[in-house]
Amino acid sequence: MIIIVQVVLVLVVIFFSLMLVRGGSNAKHMAVRRIMVMLFAISAVLSIFFPTLLSQLARLVGVGRGTDLMLYAFIVSFLVYMSTTHQRFRQTETTLTKLSRRIALDEAERPWESMPAVPGSGVSAPAVPGSAVPGAGVSGQTSKETVASHPGQGL
Amino acid sequence: MSRTWIVIPLFNEAPVIGSVIKDLLPEFPHVVCVDDGSTDTSAQAARAAGAVVVQHPVNLGQGAALQTGFEYVLQDPEMSCVVTFDADGQHRVSDAAAMVARIQSGEADVVLGSRFLDSRTRIGPVKRMVLRTAAVQSRWSTGMPLTDAHNGLRAFNRHVVSNIHLTQNRMAHASELIQILAALKPRWTEHPVEIIYTQYSKSKGQSLLNSVNILADLLFR
Repeated sequence: MIIIVQVVLVLVVIFFSLMLVRGGSNAKHMAVRRIMVMLFAISAVLSIFFPTLLSQLARLVGVGRGTDLMLYAFIVSFLVYMSTTHQRFRQTETTLTKLSRRIALDEAERPWESMPAVPGSGVSAPAVPGSAVPGAGVSGQTSKETVASHPGQGL
Repeated sequence: MSRTWIVIPLFNEAPVIGSVIKDLLPEFPHVVCVDDGSTDTSAQAARAAGAVVVQHPVNLGQGAALQTGFEYVLQDPEMSCVVTFDADGQHRVSDAAAMVARIQSGEADVVLGSRFLDSRTRIGPVKRMVLRTAAVQSRWSTGMPLTDAHNGLRAFNRHVVSNIHLTQNRMAHASELIQILAALKPRWTEHPVEIIYTQYSKSKGQSLLNSVNILADLLFR
């Protein structure tokens, strides 16, 4: 009976470890995460086959029972999870803001472009919008670059 | 030739935005409304009244709308002065005109509206206390002796606007703006303005509870 539990638990550990090891954005973060996952996998498998090991470790650090140690570890990792998720959420929000702003600015009409176009130079004046578009991918700084490029346009 | 742009962050103000723009246009012919994903007919009303409308595809917050407005007007090579104006009709056009005059005369780079410099604005004691506390808080954190920290009526010259990059999408942008100005150290001054608390703006205006959010946004960003 106990062997079934052990097999299931090991499979779960392997599954989550593989899931966490795969992919990621920042190389340094990813390396740290992979090391953590390896440590977690090893200790998890060990504690499955030697349940008393956790209790011994707990007594060693003065916590009492192995389950208590597990609970503390769980709370700490949950808080870490919360803060990293929050960080990622903030990043996503910033990205969304820049994207929305770019769409909004690109779709907006620019009345000043039609204003100086009156004295017969119908073609040269609308050439200005081109200078507002090229930095489209960068956002944020784009408008600054656009501004910097304008004085040379001699409008 | 130089142009002064009015930037109005707009979110669900359809009943009043038309008249606000109509009041502005004779004095300021260049008005841009940044529609922050309104769910009512605000954008159509603003366009019908004669303003340029820049539309966020989704709701992002007032700070994001202001920043979009700044980036829009910076595209106009003739823009020399920008005024931020609230959409709910609580500001006076004459106050804005006086502030622009102070920018154009070269007296200051930034003119911030303050409702506490004269006795025109009638304001409840609790709201007064909260706003004064916010002003004292920003004075402590930035060293700028402000009398009114959360006033939506402000005027900037081009150079200052090009250096403003608001990242606080929600309500904390007002404090963030002050922090940016404190770092930028432009020549700034305050100008007495009247806030008109109409029945409409009272029903829509920030509840006092929102000051909790402003504080929390600042502390836990």
